[in-house]
Amino acid sequence: MSSDFDSLIEAVNSAYPGAVKERIEYRGETTLIIDKDRISGVCRHLKASFGFTFLADLTAVDYLEIRTPRYEVVYHVHRFGPEIDENIRLRLKAEVEGDNPKIDSVTHIWSGADWLEREVYDMFGIVFTGHPDLRRILMPEDYEPFPLRKDFDVRDREASKRSFERALREGDN
Amino acid sequence: MERVEFISQEAHFNADTGIRTETMMLNMGPQHPATHGVLRVVLYLDGETVVKAVPYIGYLHRGIEKLCEHITYQQCLPYTDRMDYLASICNNIGYILTVEKLLGIEDAIPERAKTAEVILFELGRIESHLVGIGTNALDLGAMSAFLYCFKERERIYDILETVCGARLTTSYPRVGGLPLDLPDDFEEKVRNFLKVFPGTLAEVDSLLTRNRIWIDRTKGIATISAEDAIDLGLTGPALRGSGVPYDVRKAMPYLGYENYDFEVPVANEGDAYSRFLCRMEEMRQSLRIIEQGINNLPDGPYAADLPDVVLPEKELTYTRMESLIRHFVLVYEGFKPPAGEVQHAVENPKGELSYYLISDGTGKPYRMRVRGPSFVNLQALPNMVKGRLLADVIAAIGSLDIVLGEIDR
Amino acid sequence: MGVNSNSLLGGEGFITTTIHAFANWGRKNSLWPMPFGTACCAIEMMGVFASRFDLSRFGAEVARFSPRQADLMIVSGTITYKMASVCRMIYDQMPEPKWVIAMGSCTCGGGPFDSYAVVQGIDEFLPVDVYIGGCPPRPEAVIDAVMKIQKKIDLEGAPIL
Repeated sequence: MSSDFDSLIEAVNSAYPGAVKERIEYRGETTLIIDKDRISGVCRHLKASFGFTFLADLTAVDYLEIRTPRYEVVYHVHRFGPEIDENIRLRLKAEVEGDNPKIDSVTHIWSGADWLEREVYDMFGIVFTGHPDLRRILMPEDYEPFPLRKDFDVRDREASKRSFERALREGDN
Repeated sequence: MERVEFISQEAHFNADTGIRTETMMLNMGPQHPATHGVLRVVLYLDGETVVKAVPYIGYLHRGIEKLCEHITYQQCLPYTDRMDYLASICNNIGYILTVEKLLGIEDAIPERAKTAEVILFELGRIESHLVGIGTNALDLGAMSAFLYCFKERERIYDILETVCGARLTTSYPRVGGLPLDLPDDFEEKVRNFLKVFPGTLAEVDSLLTRNRIWIDRTKGIATISAEDAIDLGLTGPALRGSGVPYDVRKAMPYLGYENYDFEVPVANEGDAYSRFLCRMEEMRQSLRIIEQGINNLPDGPYAADLPDVVLPEKELTYTRMESLIRHFVLVYEGFKPPAGEVQHAVENPKGELSYYLISDGTGKPYRMRVRGPSFVNLQALPNMVKGRLLADVIAAIGSLDIVLGEIDR
Repeated sequence: MGVNSNSLLGGEGFITTTIHAFANWGRKNSLWPMPFGTACCAIEMMGVFASRFDLSRFGAEVARFSPRQADLMIVSGTITYKMASVCRMIYDQMPEPKWVIAMGSCTCGGGPFDSYAVVQGIDEFLPVDVYIGGCPPRPEAVIDAVMKIQKKIDLEGAPIL
């Protein structure tokens, strides 16, 4: 499987020079660190030329005070094999800066990324440029903090209470 | 909260008929019996035809991912129950497998624990499909199927109760194997279930599969093509109902599923009826797996011999000082996986459930991400119901078999 | 209540009671629950209504999903702040007299979810009559809670108009 990835990385790097910054192998999983500005192009290339038609997961991680850039957006892409047991999964990561975090959306490549990107925006405040309908998905629309950021306290209920009281007052559910 | 316009969007005047019509907005949920929890769908209707459907979620968002960053790996286990609570045991096993992968101890898990987990996993699948089919039928007006399904669920609850003491929220296996050996009557109870369940399955089959009303309400309803299903990232019966034979148990086997003989049922129409047929057949296949498991349930140790991960036996903590200290440290600080990250997927009844764990070398996960199948599957709803009748929305939601605990987490 | 059979009335028995007692007797034996199910507890509540535990033995099987037709609200499952205003609105829509059962640890006090999104007990915004602990409570506990509500109606009653 790893020889597959060698040719894959070569192909991606020749199409987008310097796009693959690093390759990590851990517990039998392959992770590629992708240049943030090329993520959309790399994803399109992976889908079109290598058959990664299925976006298994899209999420983000906050490395506050551990790393700069602060955020990482993580993609798990999947290729269905010709046989049911010939499947390949690949993890892509793109580092996103802490101030005004922004990255290209992949919704035009996999439409399933729609809600996943909205969730990342909701939880981390990372803006996906080119997303058709980027607004909060789990938390109320008038909620201000981004809960999964490391500087947010898990027991901080103030913003939720404000939103609840406003909803009660205005009878708007 | 987002404001939805309750005023009609636009008015049309039909010169031929002389009738003025408007698009009507109908708010369905978040408290509605057919939304399977707290889903809210805003429907824009032209007469009875759905022009646009917009789902709103998050009414059950409890912050499980954030809560798990503050507790040890073992303490996260009970939170996983409360995501897909229709098949808690599957979520538990999925999480345990991910932590075992993070620790790199998959090979140390004894066969007895693995086989027991397979049996319980498949019981969980049957448990979930029973509710999926039962409530889908109930929403469409067939009450008796629901009652038959729930009768069988109680039988599975009985088995789970003897194994772990809880009916619904099991929190059962532990990292490294089982917390206790299986009870003596486990095998007998499972064999009894294997004997009784096919009868009920046949009853549900005869109530629904060739029932004219059921076919009329589900065939050709809420269709989705294979391309769209893959593009949207659907998994589970929602994907297999559209003809894509993707099943994590075959694609990326775990718990030794490659050694079991079973089929992955696929239907091609991509409608609500196909998804129903997939679920029915999956229950039959699960029975086959359980039977193979119970016939080959090996004796031997039920937990791995890993003192750094597995708690010592209760008896020893009472009698030996070292065991007591080890117990204390394991409970208080937890085991510490090496820094790194893994993702592990399992085939939950509703689709691919995957956990993505990042360890920073401490006893608490740095980040736990859950990819719930329902979250992704629900994205298909607007496409499925567009241009269809209002009543078909109910059939569509039921056939997707979503569970809001997993969508909102 | 007193039961009499008087031969002067042609052997037709009659009952002496007060309107108040009679109305409450009816109320207690025909509770119409409004199942406000949000999470795991809702599944156990479905179990209570289904075959094995069968809540109809206590006259409370007519689950009404319209609050205007119900007099007992069973709040089962975690209530988040996003859901809380909906919960309150539905409670307000129920006609008097009405009772509330808080089913499960989450509704009683937040349960395991001490987080930014979860209400730490629905009594922050709703009057609760009976609390059931457990995560989730067993169906027997729910039946017990319904019987406690019946007892409460019997003892305290509610105004007729």
